[in-house]
Amino acid sequence: MIKNVIAFALLAALGSIFAALFLGYVPDADLNLTARYYADHTAQDVGAANVVTAIIVTYRGFDTLGEVTVLFLTAAIVGLVLAQTRVGNRGGVAPLPPSGEVLQTGTRLLAPLIVLFGAYVFVNGHLSPGGGFQGGAIVASAVLLLLLSNPLRRFSHRLITRLESTVGLVYVAIGVLGVVLAGGFLDNHILPLGDFGSLFSAGAIPVIYSLIGLKVGAEFSSMMVSLSETEDS
Amino acid sequence: MAHVAMLTGFILILIGLYGALTNRNILRMIVAFTVTNTGIHLVLVAVGYMPGRMAPILDEMIPVSEAANRIIDPVPQALVLTAIVIGLGVTALMLAYAYRLYETKRTLDISKFTDLKW
Repeated sequence: MIKNVIAFALLAALGSIFAALFLGYVPDADLNLTARYYADHTAQDVGAANVVTAIIVTYRGFDTLGEVTVLFLTAAIVGLVLAQTRVGNRGGVAPLPPSGEVLQTGTRLLAPLIVLFGAYVFVNGHLSPGGGFQGGAIVASAVLLLLLSNPLRRFSHRLITRLESTVGLVYVAIGVLGVVLAGGFLDNHILPLGDFGSLFSAGAIPVIYSLIGLKVGAEFSSMMVSLSETEDS
Repeated sequence: MAHVAMLTGFILILIGLYGALTNRNILRMIVAFTVTNTGIHLVLVAVGYMPGRMAPILDEMIPVSEAANRIIDPVPQALVLTAIVIGLGVTALMLAYAYRLYETKRTLDISKFTDLKW
């Protein structure tokens, strides 16, 4: 009871701070200095139509490399934490009931299309809303659908790990190429900027975002596969 | 519009914190934390919104020369993209740890885990 009172007092204090912030909030009429720089210089400097993509992949590319590393660490720790409980064979466990005709047939139809859509989203990350992280999540949702239709389906851990580590190494290699050939780490000018607004434009951004998409898809898939392979003993 | 989104975000943060503070079940606490997470994302995106402007994608609707006067602030959007991904990683980790905790004590009630309590 006393704990609830403390919780409510805490929430009331926080709520009054939020109320003060909310009542005092006035939307900006103009872009601030940083945003104005990005808006004015993205088209000439980076060549990406999507300003958010330009910020994530080029202006703040190093942060994104760190973010992908955090995701990799998460996938590795989830695998490690759950590894001890993983059961190799389900000899003694009764087979699960089948998941139903609609789900199975629907999965066979939809999974390739979902992967294709994910690839479309991360390849077009510099032109349209979306990008590597979103596309990777869409690709991983195809894996989730496969797992839903057959929870006992096994995915090759070796394939996922190989894909993830190769893509990560290529990502870092492109970053180092930027130091050698262009202005700095992860600079996108190692490839020609191309026509503004076309698919092959913005230098290395489509390549880097595709790599990020593959890596994120592999990491999400490996997390879901780890969670699904963990069986209650 | 920005005010509606921001108010919703603040309310979601409070709902999530309330759930995390009062629930005893670990899974419910994790769900509450994800609600807080969503609220924070909403507030951040709402801060970058400006009335009458469009998404920061330069196409035929928004010529490059007028970009600075036509697009909303792209920086909060980039930040929230990062935050969503990290939030997903944190949620996955919490779920994995919750599973391990359940295995050790066969319960998800947080008040049963008193090993580190003094």
